[in-house]
Amino acid sequence: MTEQASQMTEYLPVILPLVWAAILALAVFLYVLLGGYDLGLGVLFPLAPSDKDRDAMMASVAPFWDGNETWLVLGGGGLLAAFPLAYAVMLPALYIPIILMLIGLILRGVAFEFRFKSERYRWTWDLAFSLGSILAALMQGAVIGAFVQGFAVTDNQFSGGVFDWLTPFSVLTAAAVVSGYVLLSAGWLIMKADEALREWAYGIAYMALIAVAAFIVIFSIWTPFLHPEIAARWFKPANMVMLSPVPLITAASVAALWMALNRRHRYTPFLLGAVLFLLCYTGLAVSLFPFIIPPDITIWQAAAAPESQLFMLYGAIPILPIILGYTAYSYWALWEAPEHDAYH
Amino acid sequence: MPELDPLLLSRIQFAFTVSFHIIFPSFTIGLAAWLLVLEALYLKTAKPIYMDIAQHWTKIFAVSFGMGVVSGVVLSYEFGTNWSELSRRGGNVIGPLMSYEVLTAFFLEAGFLGIMLFGRGRVPKGVHFFATAMVALGTVISAFWIVSANSWMQTPVGYRVAEDGVLHVEDWWQVIFNPSFPYRVAHMVAAAYLTTALVVAGIGAWYILRERSVPHGKIMLGMGLSLLVWLAPLQLVIGDLHGLNTREHQPAKIAALEAHWETQRRAPLILFAIPDPKAEKNHYELAVPALGSLILTHEWDGEVRGLRSFSPEDRPNPIIPFFAFRIMVGIGMIMIAVGVTGSVLWLMGRLWTTRWFLRALVWASPLGFLAVLSGWFVTEVGRQPWTVYGVLRTADAVSPVPGGIVLSSLILFVFVYGVVFGAGLYYILKLVQRGPDETPPVPEKDEADLSRRPLAAAGNP
Repeated sequence: MTEQASQMTEYLPVILPLVWAAILALAVFLYVLLGGYDLGLGVLFPLAPSDKDRDAMMASVAPFWDGNETWLVLGGGGLLAAFPLAYAVMLPALYIPIILMLIGLILRGVAFEFRFKSERYRWTWDLAFSLGSILAALMQGAVIGAFVQGFAVTDNQFSGGVFDWLTPFSVLTAAAVVSGYVLLSAGWLIMKADEALREWAYGIAYMALIAVAAFIVIFSIWTPFLHPEIAARWFKPANMVMLSPVPLITAASVAALWMALNRRHRYTPFLLGAVLFLLCYTGLAVSLFPFIIPPDITIWQAAAAPESQLFMLYGAIPILPIILGYTAYSYWALWEAPEHDAYH
Repeated sequence: MPELDPLLLSRIQFAFTVSFHIIFPSFTIGLAAWLLVLEALYLKTAKPIYMDIAQHWTKIFAVSFGMGVVSGVVLSYEFGTNWSELSRRGGNVIGPLMSYEVLTAFFLEAGFLGIMLFGRGRVPKGVHFFATAMVALGTVISAFWIVSANSWMQTPVGYRVAEDGVLHVEDWWQVIFNPSFPYRVAHMVAAAYLTTALVVAGIGAWYILRERSVPHGKIMLGMGLSLLVWLAPLQLVIGDLHGLNTREHQPAKIAALEAHWETQRRAPLILFAIPDPKAEKNHYELAVPALGSLILTHEWDGEVRGLRSFSPEDRPNPIIPFFAFRIMVGIGMIMIAVGVTGSVLWLMGRLWTTRWFLRALVWASPLGFLAVLSGWFVTEVGRQPWTVYGVLRTADAVSPVPGGIVLSSLILFVFVYGVVFGAGLYYILKLVQRGPDETPPVPEKDEADLSRRPLAAAGNP
């Protein structure tokens, strides 16, 4: 082995899991953002003022839902590839919420095609779209809650019960994620909808923002009590100074979003909603890092072999920017809804 | 109440969900390619009929593709929910292959699907054509990676097993292009094209019989038949080569699908039998002497291993592979016959008027799906009791999840998929029944406007 190669093998196992944790974090964040507004529309669907508005809501996302959902597939597939141990522990532990989430995604996914093709039973697919979206959003929230709580592991296998994921904490995270998705989808409608529907969306956004802000406060207090390590990380005096910008910026973002709604901004509500998600996400990452199965397994322990992570990285580095490029093009080219639905 | 076996239930659930899923890619791989050809013909000839057909089938494509997407997402999570030990021990190998599928295929399809379905008249024609090309390319790339992962599990090479039982890759080239991969991917992609060709030809024949959209029907039937006539015989050759490869790498699977119990030269071709794994023999056997050896080894007295030469715990149960194989090959023969008959009629100038043949085509249109499913049952049941052949037993690959919960999810999947499949099939048939919107003949100069014409101004029926 050459000098250089031996150096490589020395630091790759340290660096690669960090790189992959970052890539997966990006994938999951993009899913939360894109899938979030997408699922949020389903939550709002039954509340929409009229059938015409429901058509408009559905049409605004119909060209994009498949692409949005692909980030979730990358999250799952990437976890298997980059951190197989974490995938193998988490998914059996989350058997029920994952299966229910998948069922929800099926019901809402097929509704995009089916509802435009039926008349008599259109309400069935409206219901499928709405209930499927709500179910998927709730289960994603519960999964996040369960993930933060951690999993019982023995000999590299999940050793807990099938209902371990269901706790007051995960119930509350489920509700929090739904309210966050609603905030994003209200922001989406404010950007995309006609005036009447937009005004309605502003109203929804206020309520969602209040809920989201309340949840942020609750979780900021509750999460440190779950694991002493998390409390230690946030409340150690040196860290407190370092980390204090996170809650401060979060509070500022909530205030800015409120003002943006007051001033009837078109694009800032969605963007500030995304910033709020990013901040919560950062807070979560600070709390949990470097654990991928809290409280025992780190990203290095769960990592795939370096040759596997490296092999994927060769592809991911050039391909991910290309994906982001054509995704952006698709959003740009199909941004304005046509007067006639040319497809359906 | 008997103990609920999570292994058996997980196998049934995976078989059910993956079988349901494969129906859609089998159709959309070929359909995307055909839509691309239609769009190319339209761009080249400017004849609106190609665009009419493309627009009509794009709707059918969209329904099928949507069902393929939602049922595919399930699979990427089932590797963890139900087969976590496979994921833990095999993740180093299959994980990257599946991630490459997401990165190079799923995003490509999803990213351009919106433009393909909704972009007509909103993006330049060239961009729309490019989007369709990317979706079609995505379907083939997807097949490449997932069949590579599956083939590696059938014929694993290029890896080593670490002390903790986890597999590590030694050579990615060997892993991706493992010994059975070239045969399997060619067989699968050809099967997808044949499935689509049969559907397209059958529906074209139906329009001709109904005397509706006849020019469109003739193009569908003509194009379907043109593919079928050479690809069906070629598929037989590919399948034969695949069989030789399987005999080399998975002889127990060959013994199972032929229901051979004894190792023998001049082995018979068993046309029908009821294999009995307990008694290790066949009942009601109907066989042609020596033909089995000829087919499997290409020699009259080639030696064919029987199931008894494998220890009982390493044998697949032959019942499903045996029958599924016969269904698949039988349908392949029907496809060849249809292709040849149709071409002869066409050459004689009687294709559009021979009603019995058109009717036969209508009936034959779903056969490709049955052949694809049968083929996958042959290869998947035939590799048991292994998940990674010779390395990881299926019994050792399963998740630590209780049987009751797997049964619940299985029931839920059967119910939801039943409803979704029923509705999807109904809407596809409704689209077929409605037929293509026909562009009335217009002067040449309006051609640019056609693409902006609001489709079906009245909305949907």
